[in-house]
Amino acid sequence: MSFVHSSPRVYLGHGLETAGAWLLGALWILPLAYAIWTAFHPGEYSTHFVPTAPLTLDNFGRAWAAAPFARYFLNTMLLCAMILAAQLVLCTLAAYAFARFVFPGRNLLFALVLLQLMVMPDVLIVENYRTMGALGLRDTIVAIALPYMASAFGIFLLRQTFKTVPKELDEAARVEGCTPLQVLWKVYVPLARPVYLAYALVSVSFHWNNFLWPLIITNSVESRPLTVGLQVFSATDQGIDWSIITAATLLTSAPLLIAFLLFQRQFVLSFMRAGIK
Amino acid sequence: MTRSAQWLYGWLLLLPAAVLLALFTHYPAVATLWHSFRSTPRGSRASTFVGVDNYAQLVDDPIFWQSLTNNLWFAIGTIPLSITLALLMAVWVNGRIAGRGFLRLAYFTPTVLPMIAVANIWLFFYTPEYGLLEQITGAFGMPAHNWLGSKNSALAALMVVTVWKEAGFFMIFYLAALQQMSPQLAEAAAIEGASRAYFFRRVTLPLLMPTTLFVLVNAVINAFRLVDHVVVMTRGGPDNATELLLYYIYEIGFRFWDSAYAAALTMVLLLLLGVVALLQFWFLERKVHYQ
Repeated sequence: MSFVHSSPRVYLGHGLETAGAWLLGALWILPLAYAIWTAFHPGEYSTHFVPTAPLTLDNFGRAWAAAPFARYFLNTMLLCAMILAAQLVLCTLAAYAFARFVFPGRNLLFALVLLQLMVMPDVLIVENYRTMGALGLRDTIVAIALPYMASAFGIFLLRQTFKTVPKELDEAARVEGCTPLQVLWKVYVPLARPVYLAYALVSVSFHWNNFLWPLIITNSVESRPLTVGLQVFSATDQGIDWSIITAATLLTSAPLLIAFLLFQRQFVLSFMRAGIK
Repeated sequence: MTRSAQWLYGWLLLLPAAVLLALFTHYPAVATLWHSFRSTPRGSRASTFVGVDNYAQLVDDPIFWQSLTNNLWFAIGTIPLSITLALLMAVWVNGRIAGRGFLRLAYFTPTVLPMIAVANIWLFFYTPEYGLLEQITGAFGMPAHNWLGSKNSALAALMVVTVWKEAGFFMIFYLAALQQMSPQLAEAAAIEGASRAYFFRRVTLPLLMPTTLFVLVNAVINAFRLVDHVVVMTRGGPDNATELLLYYIYEIGFRFWDSAYAAALTMVLLLLLGVVALLQFWFLERKVHYQ
């Protein structure tokens, strides 16, 4: 916004705002900065802030050795990949149906899909646990992923996008002899690429961070994602060795955090794009 | 394409997503209602129909009532504050402020961190005796205080974590809306001699109404859905002071394995979310200003 700075009062106001913004920024970064300090310094400096304190990577080594984090990383990556792959396929097909086909019950079915925006799998833990038992899937990565694969948010987002594709493109492809699935693949999917990227980033950061359902449904190292592994680790194994716990905490958040720092603009744009629709 | 081919294609494309949605969203919602009228199977005793027994138990359960009031306080304490801060942040990083890039980074970072990791960091922050907060208050000569261990401050301590985590997330939506606003509006107002505050109140805020509604609905859902920090930081204690509804469901369902009572509790949560949905539609009916 371009306002002319005319009077001292306006200058003062602007200065106060800048100070406020920076104070808030400092408060917001403080907990993370504190964790980084503790993780990179020997235990005796975890609460003594001397600039000359020696740096060390020891805490990370000890944390890595104290719990099967490598396995947890693998599990989380498998989980995120599995969910995202299924979401992309299922949501694309469903969104295509809602955007470009006329069939009985379409509005009712769409309303039933949107219901999931309110009643998320996170809330239905008791019944979904029972269902997974009946399917014989408890304590597997598939069981963590299944309730999230058909995502109302994804269907909604892609439907909105597909609706903006000009019908002429669709018809031209059909005249060329494409089947509906070929049209989807050759016309709609390429045009929606930025939305796919946005959705993928939001989905991966959601499921990388998800905790309660994985905590309930998993029970072993082989299926636990990072978040649950971190909780088991810091709650039972370590007592209160904060240097190790903060190191492990940073370790589990590192991939997302680094990705975020590298692709900051992309991240922010993606979250925006997902929110505007 | 013939009409029946359209039908067939529509249904077939929808089928895979519909099956999964039905299995993990619609069926469990209905099954919750069904199981809330039955008893929990124990050992060789099968589940039986018990009418409204579970709901009667719920009405007489002081911990349930406390978790409900806690949750309402939690919502009241976190939602307006995080939305206000989000709006402030968005206005700041949208304007020409010094260090805009860093500020945006600082505000948004908590969003990409897992709540569980965040909770660990804050747990350390709040630690009695040598946690950072204690060191700061101690330096100012204030008496020692166990922030998470005291009934009076534990819930507030969790609220701070939640506001910290969510404000930057909501900021993004406001930022998106602000960037879509025509700069000519501000220019016209400046020429007319409108002050920044007046312009903000009379033009920006009304135009942001749809965003505010969207953020509000998300914030309300999150207030009832996010309990990761409770698991890590307090486990509902001390003395149930931080017991939230979903965490109580988790305890009843997976610590005491009383699935029937947990179903009745879940029904309360579903009812609350249903009310939020209805209110949202009601507001949309009354036409929030859409551009």
